[in-house]
Amino acid sequence: MKIQTEAGERHVLAVTVDNESGILAKITGMFSARGYNIESLTVADISADHAVSRITIVTSGPPAVIDQIIAQLDRLVPVHSVTDLTDQGAHVEREIALVKVAGTGDKRIEALRMADVFRAKVVDTTLTSFIFEITGSSDKVDRFVALMRECGLVEVGRTGVVAIARGAEAV
Amino acid sequence: MTEMSGADMVVQALVDLGVDTVFGYPGGAVLPIYDALFNHPQIKHILVRHEQAATHAAEGYARATGKPGVVLVTSGPGATNAVTGITDALLDSIPMVVLTGQVPTNLIGTDAFQECDTVGITRHCTKHNYLVMDPDRLGPVIHEAFFIATHGRPGPVVVDIPKNVQVATGSYTVPERIEHKSYRPQIEPDADPIAKAIALIAAAERPVFYSGGGVINAGPDASAALRQLVALTGAPITSTLMGLGAFPSDDPKWLGMLGMHGTYEANMAMNRADLIIAVGARFDDRVTGRLDAFAPEAKKIHIDIDRSSINKIVPVDIAIVGDAGRALDALIAAWQDRGHQARDLGEWWRRIDGWRATRCLDFPEKTEASAEIMPQRAIKALFDATRGRDPIITTEVGQHQMWAAQHFGFSAPNRWLTSGGLGTMGYGFPAAVGAQIAKPDRLVVCVAGEASLQMNIQEMGTVSQYRLPVKIFILNNEYMGMVRQWQELTYESRYSNSYSDSLPDFVKLADAYGWTGLRIDTLGELEDGIRTMIDTPGPVIVDCRVAKLANCFPMIPSGAAHTDMILQPSDVIGTMDDEAKALV
Ligand SMILES: Cc1ncc(C[n+]2csc(CCOP(=O)(O)OP(=O)(O)O)c2C)c(N)n1
Ligand SMILES: [Mg+2]
Repeated sequence: MKIQTEAGERHVLAVTVDNESGILAKITGMFSARGYNIESLTVADISADHAVSRITIVTSGPPAVIDQIIAQLDRLVPVHSVTDLTDQGAHVEREIALVKVAGTGDKRIEALRMADVFRAKVVDTTLTSFIFEITGSSDKVDRFVALMRECGLVEVGRTGVVAIARGAEAV
Repeated sequence: MTEMSGADMVVQALVDLGVDTVFGYPGGAVLPIYDALFNHPQIKHILVRHEQAATHAAEGYARATGKPGVVLVTSGPGATNAVTGITDALLDSIPMVVLTGQVPTNLIGTDAFQECDTVGITRHCTKHNYLVMDPDRLGPVIHEAFFIATHGRPGPVVVDIPKNVQVATGSYTVPERIEHKSYRPQIEPDADPIAKAIALIAAAERPVFYSGGGVINAGPDASAALRQLVALTGAPITSTLMGLGAFPSDDPKWLGMLGMHGTYEANMAMNRADLIIAVGARFDDRVTGRLDAFAPEAKKIHIDIDRSSINKIVPVDIAIVGDAGRALDALIAAWQDRGHQARDLGEWWRRIDGWRATRCLDFPEKTEASAEIMPQRAIKALFDATRGRDPIITTEVGQHQMWAAQHFGFSAPNRWLTSGGLGTMGYGFPAAVGAQIAKPDRLVVCVAGEASLQMNIQEMGTVSQYRLPVKIFILNNEYMGMVRQWQELTYESRYSNSYSDSLPDFVKLADAYGWTGLRIDTLGELEDGIRTMIDTPGPVIVDCRVAKLANCFPMIPSGAAHTDMILQPSDVIGTMDDEAKALV
């Protein structure tokens, strides 16, 4: 007997929650308990009184599963709102990566040239290393990191996606 | 705002919330609260013998009254012992508030004596939980905990209280408006799906109502509304295990329970219906059977207070989010406003009568006085003997539970207490204790299996201490019968570890605890034995010996369609393929 899994599409969800201890465990635990995917998750407090946090979750699944994920998030007591940015249409997604590259000579020059093409900033340098900061879609960051692997990549840190809908309205 | 100790605040909050009973067990981390409860004039503390039993007793209390059950346990092992009952309450949507002691705040995270991460452990088996680090928060948190446990879809809420927070003083405040800042369950249904639903109901040729525990949770008025809507439409009705009692079983429109051990007519009606009206039921796998064959011809209307229940398993045509009672009221009003009349469903009823003619709950039995008792007969005899006494029936988990669901007729809500979602052996007896505390003058009978009963049998001491007239009626087949039945169906009768060996002498055990014990061995003794049980004051345990190898039918084997029911033993093949074996 084989165990089967279903393919799905990527969705970006914006979730506002009470900024209380355990909330992340509650959200991520719900995903793992019900077998949903988390491709990335970012969280930070966003209100002036520090009472509300916004979590951006990138997940994937067939439409019915995405629907369930939203309903399951929505019923958690500390969750204020859940918005499916992918479903809503136009939205902006950004991710930041810090990329450390080590090397000398040609490799070093090549790294710097490619960073320029990707509009990555140099935020630290020594004689044998650079740290680049790159901002953009996850795709762009992926491509940059892949290229840097050829140029002496030693370490990378990524924030995961934050996203917001276009236009004047708030979620 | 009054200055008092945290422990006094806990007790004050319980008084303010109208709590009259707490089920609990003391220990180091809750001693301050126990001291505040000492000889308390308004709150009765019921001392159980194991914390799991406190949670099930609280569930029994809640299910019998509609009020939240309250539990008080110590940190560490007290809290972990409560986890099974908390999970049981989550799956069956039972309102419950569990207060747990915790090590003092300065010791949290140090692996202190009897420390465990209670909020971590219970995060995913509660509706919500709290760790209260500041005595000033105790009042608002406990009030909010009760609000959350009882509003929207009910469920268990844990409040973890470090010992120093119980000892420290602070100000007790009651929030002005008791609600949660973001939790807003939808209670009133939207008008639009109600209008669409009533049009579908009025036009349906083969409608069937499928009701569940949500109707019981919505209160007796919801059950009354369900009866009215069924009467108006003339449609047949079936229900889940958790929904039994919402609709009277002696009404001709009642098809019996549906699902794995449901009746042939209920499952066939679901399969052939052109419209299913699900009310407070959640299309559990025990109900649907094989999903791709579930109700293939039916449009579906789903009423549920929890939006995540809708389209979770079965996609539906009309979703009505809200309280089951309010939704039923709205449907009745819409039906009457539009002047609908019940359609002639004669053709549909004729088909149903055809399925009823299989008499699927009949069972083979011998009738002489010396014959062994068929378990179904024992339930029927219990039902007959308790008619007119409005008994509360609790069950353990196994074949006896299914036989009770099939053969005991219920005519009102809050009389049937069983563990449906989690299927927890050890639930029934403590649940009976909780129900008896809530309803001291009622006849409360726990229908038990000899194996399940042993999971919380220590509660005989609790019953003796509080002089509760609880009756335990054991269908003793000397097997974990339900396990044995699956082994017979799936594993060629290799009965691996399913024999109830080394059973206690239940009559002597009764004696040891100061109960009355009696044993029934043959059919001829059955009626008298049951009568003696009912007529004997105080607690009684009945060891009713039944046929050891009887199986519970009808049965839809897991993974099979509603139309593939096993109706009798001769239908059993005895083997299954791996796909079927992998299903629970
Ligand atoms: C706590 C727990 N452990 C295991 C099971 C699995 N299980 C379901 S029914 C059953 C046998 C119950 O035997 P008994 O109480 O004698 O009831 P019978 O089926 O014989 O009527 C078992 C072991 C369970 N439901 N709950
Ligand atoms: Mg048994």
